[in-house]
Amino acid sequence: MFDFLRGLMIAIKEMFKPKKTINYPFEKGKISPRFRGEHALRRYPNGEERCIACKLCEAVCPAQAITIESSEREDGSRKTTRYDIDMLKCIYCGLCEESCPVDAIVQGPNFEFATETREELYYTKEKLLENGDRWESVLAANIKADNPHR
Amino acid sequence: MLKVKINDIDIEVEEGLTVLQACEIAGAEIPRFCYHEKLSIAGNCRMCLVEIEKSKKPVASCAMPVADGMNIKTNTKLVEKARKGVMEFLLANHPLDCPVCDQGGECDLQDQSMFYGIDKSRFKENKRFVPEKYMGPLIKTQMTRCIHCTRCVRFATEVAGVPEIGAIGRGEDMQITTYLEKAMESELSANVIDLCPVGALTSKPYVFEARPWELKKTETVDVMDAVGSNIRVDTYGWEVKRILPKINEDINEEWISDKTRYACDGLKYQRLDVPYIKKENSFKKISWQDALQILKDKINVTKPEKIAGLTGDLTNMETLFACKELFHKVLKSKNLESREKNIYINLNDRKNYLFNSEIKGIEKSDLILLIGTNPRYEATMLNARIRKSFLKNNTEIFSLEDLGDLTYNYKVLSNTTEEVKKIIENNCDISNKIKKAKYPLVIFGESALTLNSSKYMFEGFKKFLNENNKITEEWNSLNILNTNASAVGSYDLDIVCKTNETLEKINKNFFEILFLIGQDNISINKKSEFVVYIGSHGDKGAEIADLVLPGAAFTEQNGYFTNLEGKLQMAFKASYPPGEAKEDWVIINEISKLIDGNGLFKDKNELLTAMNSHINSNKKNEFSNLFKEEYINEKILTLPIDYYHSNVIARSSKTMNECRNIRSKLKKTGTEG
Repeated sequence: MFDFLRGLMIAIKEMFKPKKTINYPFEKGKISPRFRGEHALRRYPNGEERCIACKLCEAVCPAQAITIESSEREDGSRKTTRYDIDMLKCIYCGLCEESCPVDAIVQGPNFEFATETREELYYTKEKLLENGDRWESVLAANIKADNPHR
Repeated sequence: MLKVKINDIDIEVEEGLTVLQACEIAGAEIPRFCYHEKLSIAGNCRMCLVEIEKSKKPVASCAMPVADGMNIKTNTKLVEKARKGVMEFLLANHPLDCPVCDQGGECDLQDQSMFYGIDKSRFKENKRFVPEKYMGPLIKTQMTRCIHCTRCVRFATEVAGVPEIGAIGRGEDMQITTYLEKAMESELSANVIDLCPVGALTSKPYVFEARPWELKKTETVDVMDAVGSNIRVDTYGWEVKRILPKINEDINEEWISDKTRYACDGLKYQRLDVPYIKKENSFKKISWQDALQILKDKINVTKPEKIAGLTGDLTNMETLFACKELFHKVLKSKNLESREKNIYINLNDRKNYLFNSEIKGIEKSDLILLIGTNPRYEATMLNARIRKSFLKNNTEIFSLEDLGDLTYNYKVLSNTTEEVKKIIENNCDISNKIKKAKYPLVIFGESALTLNSSKYMFEGFKKFLNENNKITEEWNSLNILNTNASAVGSYDLDIVCKTNETLEKINKNFFEILFLIGQDNISINKKSEFVVYIGSHGDKGAEIADLVLPGAAFTEQNGYFTNLEGKLQMAFKASYPPGEAKEDWVIINEISKLIDGNGLFKDKNELLTAMNSHINSNKKNEFSNLFKEEYINEKILTLPIDYYHSNVIARSSKTMNECRNIRSKLKKTGTEG
């Protein structure tokens, strides 16, 4: 009998608390700065792409979702000619971000990138750089927020 | 034998070894940068410090000879501290740019700092910067990364014999440079890239191409010359990214020539990927089926004696044997020839066309006589051995002809057949010297064997050496230096026309069908004959062809090659032929299948069995009688080799073209008007 009353009390208390559910497409849950969402390739503030084609992310990727080809650019710097991520293979483990020596490849806060065809999920370098440009302010803030813990 | 104690283990080592070598025998690993087995000892990196009892300070083990009763320790606190200290100094000025460095992943400094270094830097001052140096089209420099081990300097002076790399300045200001900032004038120059323990000297054509861990490695042999250097081919997908040496003490030691290393980009360009037919002076793509049908129709209306074939310099033995069987059994023609010139060859005995003293044997020779050959360009690795022998034994070297710089000193005799006559008739100094020498070496080049008196010279020398006991079971001093990778294989398989006139007939346009099996080195004045080219690259051969059948290059099929010493080696498949191209022996087999309905071989194993039994069967050859043994007083001129353009792969290679341009510029002094 006592247990019943206690259960009822919890139910009554919860009724007066704010709602846990959210109206998803219009409202979004809070995500941590470490959230591992859609990938992006970042640029330096002067517009130069960060990635130097060291291929550490390609080597560390447990799902082998990353393909990189590199060559020497005209100014003699080391740059990628191809940077593909197969988002279908990707397991969103975040090792690529962790291995990157120049914070070029990052996993941003975006998790809404569902597509209608599989082909659209084979990300190329252009797509990733575009992602980077779009999310740069958030990405930079996230990295800064996470910095003391790295 | 000396008794030493290494990490409390008693071992016996030979006298004259260094502490480092002794430790290696005992299984104690010692980190090192400047020490290299094949180079002199410098002792300047200090990474190999070990503790020796009764010595107050740690000792550089690479420069310390072993003494009896030494008690060496490599795993103590003192050694560990010394290594950490040395590593910290080395890293003080070394930039932290591993992610953009091409050496990353195969870098000695990277590996050893992981093992022996500390994880933090205490160096707060400004790092040193050294400007890049120009070292030619093959070597990319990033001198800030240099740790001054001087391996490259020692390699250039000792092994390559071109003292063009050196150090200027001292202490922190020391810089490695080519002094005048020009390309190194050596065919071995790119070996410094392998020697460099850091990323200071890296490969220019391979710059930023790939990481070592993503390449597929295949150990195989080289076909750029007849030496058959052992190499490792690194591929990324279809593409051959780079070629590295594989250690083989009997052939190439640890080095390979620049051509071997960098001709590999020729495998990407000018490739034939589908069959072509020539119509109205332009090539049209056709299917394999149509191509073979056209060939069949053509063969059916041609008499066997009007069909001829020439095999090429990069053709493997399987293909050679398949061609031989095709010509003898299916086409019933006897006109299959492997030689590009009328080289005198005596097939009665295998020893008549081999480098009998073996490459390893050069090291102990005490006299070398070069007849009509320039080993520097014809067999670079062999030349490096001659230099090694020259440095080690002070070998006396003679050449009939002034060949320019061979990287060692040699005496020039007169380049006439008369000189040879004098020697073999025991009429001059050299004959006595040869007689006195314990291990003399007479090297005949192909240029000498194309002369009219070639038989006289060769057989005469053989007789002379035989009479003086220089051709024995133990030491055979008569050597032929073949230049083509396929040469010895073709001779082993008897692919030499019994009548010596095939080449002449080709020039006279006698034949109606001419097969060129990877043969691109002959200029043919083509008229009405139907030329079929089977090969990998669009070059001279394909240009004149009426029908082009695309084949595979040496990295794209398994194939045997016999090197100039007669060693049978296999070139393994590292990649696959492009487009619709097929392996060479398969093409030959399909042609035979089309003509007689059966095909020569069921599979590769059947081919190999048949080939083996052919090689092992005793052959009698009346061939040598066709050459007249005559003596004419003529000049022996070593035919110049276009070193960087000697075969199809090299000719298609951009890197080789660049090297060739730079070398020809270097030769010009600006004063010739």
